[in-house]
Amino acid sequence: MTNEILKQKLSEKFGEQLTEWDEQYGLLTARVQTDTNLKVMQYLYDAEGFQFLTDLTAVHYPERVGEELCVVYHLHNLVANVRLRLKVYVPVEKPDVYTATKIFSGANWMERETYDNFGINFVGHPNLKRILNVDEMDYFPMRKEYQMEDPTRIDKDDEMFGRGGTI
Amino acid sequence: MGRPVQYNTNVKLAPMPEGYSGEGFMATSFDKVVGLARKNSLWPLPFATSCCGIEFMATMGSNYDLARFGSERMGFTPRQCDMLLVAGTIAKKMAPVLRQVYLQMAEPRWVIAIGACASSGGIFDSYPVLQGIDQVIPVDVYVAGCPPRPEAILDGIVKLQDLVHNESLRRRNSPQYKALLDSYAIQ
Ligand code: SF4
Repeated sequence: MTNEILKQKLSEKFGEQLTEWDEQYGLLTARVQTDTNLKVMQYLYDAEGFQFLTDLTAVHYPERVGEELCVVYHLHNLVANVRLRLKVYVPVEKPDVYTATKIFSGANWMERETYDNFGINFVGHPNLKRILNVDEMDYFPMRKEYQMEDPTRIDKDDEMFGRGGTI
Repeated sequence: MGRPVQYNTNVKLAPMPEGYSGEGFMATSFDKVVGLARKNSLWPLPFATSCCGIEFMATMGSNYDLARFGSERMGFTPRQCDMLLVAGTIAKKMAPVLRQVYLQMAEPRWVIAIGACASSGGIFDSYPVLQGIDQVIPVDVYVAGCPPRPEAILDGIVKLQDLVHNESLRRRNSPQYKALLDSYAIQ
């Protein structure tokens, strides 16, 4: 199985549902519509042998108005050693994505982490709550409106890290 | 014919404290004796959460043999231990647990932060990780490294032994010590 064959198969089956094809560094990438992400993944799992979810995370693109948050799935066909990346874009006001936990059990904690950091609401997730950050946290820290070096943080001693301070 | 048993003649004895001695008696200050005894029988409580913990396991294993320094046995109950060794990344969620362990230890108690993570958060400049355990409990000795080698951990313990040896018996009743604990909101 090569990227070309896979792309051809997927295009035939899903047509317009898959757009923005890309192949950076040899990794086939496609954008999938929000409501078909599970159908595509189920097909890939059953028919194409993509049975391993390597990674699931999100990216915040503040400049893409109306589709600011992007959920990224990395799938792996372990038999043919082919990888595939799927992207789902959702608006930041209503970041609802269907959960992949029914297909990949490993998605459970990864989706919790993505929720924890980006606030993606995984519809149908069995236990969607924070996993890494403290439960009291009331914002989603990896969104870009929070600058990289949070100036309000007091838990980092800048003196020891060469960022200001007196040394 | 000599017996097959070999006795270890290379035993290191702690030097006798300064004092006045005569036939059948010795007079010295209480500080020195207590310091000597405490120093050479520190009970370690390992609090190992990640990679540095592995180095600590090597330290207490037979190659590096922490027991040579009087810390023969790891105690896994804070009630019996006086040296808390925090080895590894402490998540903010873990911080209350660590604090609880510290509170459960009886005075006098000492803390060693092993590795960059325990000392400062290390490479984890991130939201879920506590940026150094001295945010929640007072620390006596910091061991640098990511991870520190067992030699470095032993060095830290020897440094702590120096502190213990020279600590005045009244230190823990002093206003400075109370202020230190107050700054951590520990009564
Ligand atoms: S200091 Fe380095 S070796 Fe130690 S726990 Fe942190 S990351 Fe691991």
